[in-house]
Amino acid sequence: MARARDESSPLFAGNAAGTLRLIIYLALAMVLMVLDQRNGWLWRLRSAASAVVEPVYRLAGLPAASVRTLSVAFADRQHLTSDNQRLREDLLLANAKLNRMAAVAAQNQHLKELLDTQHSLGLNVQLARVIGVDLGAYRYRLTLNMGSRDGVRAGQPVIDAHGVMGQVIEVLPHTAVVMLITDPSHAIPVTIARTGLRTVAYGSRDGDELSLPNLPLAADIRVGDNLLTSGIGGRFPPGFPVGRIDNVAPAATGMFQVALARPAAEIDRSTDVLLLHDQAEPEGPPAPASPAGPSTSSGPAAAASLVSPPGKPSIDSGAPR
Amino acid sequence: MNRQRLSQWWFVGTLVAALLSMLVPLPGVLEPFKPYWPALVLLYWSLEAEDRVNLGLAFGVGLCADLLNGVLLGEQALRLCALVFIALRFRSRLRFFPMWQQALAVLALLLNDRILLLIVRMLAGASLPPASWWISPFVGAALWPFLFLLLDDLRARLRIQ
Repeated sequence: MARARDESSPLFAGNAAGTLRLIIYLALAMVLMVLDQRNGWLWRLRSAASAVVEPVYRLAGLPAASVRTLSVAFADRQHLTSDNQRLREDLLLANAKLNRMAAVAAQNQHLKELLDTQHSLGLNVQLARVIGVDLGAYRYRLTLNMGSRDGVRAGQPVIDAHGVMGQVIEVLPHTAVVMLITDPSHAIPVTIARTGLRTVAYGSRDGDELSLPNLPLAADIRVGDNLLTSGIGGRFPPGFPVGRIDNVAPAATGMFQVALARPAAEIDRSTDVLLLHDQAEPEGPPAPASPAGPSTSSGPAAAASLVSPPGKPSIDSGAPR
Repeated sequence: MNRQRLSQWWFVGTLVAALLSMLVPLPGVLEPFKPYWPALVLLYWSLEAEDRVNLGLAFGVGLCADLLNGVLLGEQALRLCALVFIALRFRSRLRFFPMWQQALAVLALLLNDRILLLIVRMLAGASLPPASWWISPFVGAALWPFLFLLLDDLRARLRIQ
């Protein structure tokens, strides 16, 4: 810059912010953004700076937490009593259902054993609290108070009492960030419970609905149909409620039907969520590794275990002869 | 000496408070009404204390905000740099505007900021935000006179520059 800074002439402001410096800073910011978009630097930096970032999150979450505490403290007696009554009824109902389910579950387990598969009805979950932090990205993310120290890994499904909420996308030592199923860049494989039709539900732009944009025109789908996870893709386990269809219309192109669904989970009201620990069994498309290796059915087992690469344990080696 | 240090702490404190209040969530209905606090506080300081605010500071505050928000590194750094640059350019005029004109100027700056953000997000491949996304600059401009007077009053009470 040619001009020297002179503090004495405030009327000629702008020498503190020369155009050249602006251009340099803007270029720097753009380079950073491109590099971050390509390499995901931000997250490495964030996990390095987690000692600073996480206390700030807790601090910023304090108002939301204190509002919650205050609302409990000042809730009137009648409200609490009715709440309690409702919860009791729910519990009773749930217990009754569970008792009936227990027999079915035992029978199911028995049949599964007969079929020699390892599906289990038990859930291996971890309870986590939502930290009330606004991450700015059009509110499609949640922050949880558990991180890699608590065994959380990226990709874990997150559910609440009513259905699927999303999946963990980034993990810091003591916090984790969840991408909600309503995020426009999220997609979840679903089936329609009534007909068994498989499709994919995407997040929508307004952030409180799911959209199913490419249903065949002939598909039998109605308002009120329930969506379940299909388990295809191996990320979400099958059978969890995802949402309920509340609008079906032909697409603008006239070649598909478009349906909108309301998420089953209380996406913007849940304060406690469950992290699923066991990932879904890979259903649908076969595991990519198995057909690549030497054929396990034709050759003798000993030869197959010799030829198979050392990194991946051979399927045959553990099987009884 | 002590007074100077106090004023330095006050300056840093307001910026940190702005970053924190950016993170504090509002109930769902009020969510689109949340103003962009770091921009407002940086604007105040660039009008009131030119020698403290420069593009480097705006860049640094923006990087901190990006680190906390976790969206895209450099996004808010770019926006705040552009904002502070314009504010410093027209500082001498903005300072002598009556309050309502100043608020209008702030509105223009914040709208410009939103447009920048929209461009960045479009380039990054995000979808168009809903219409309520545009409310925030208006709320920021409406809050500007109060924020300005409050910060000015506090500064006068603490007898710091």
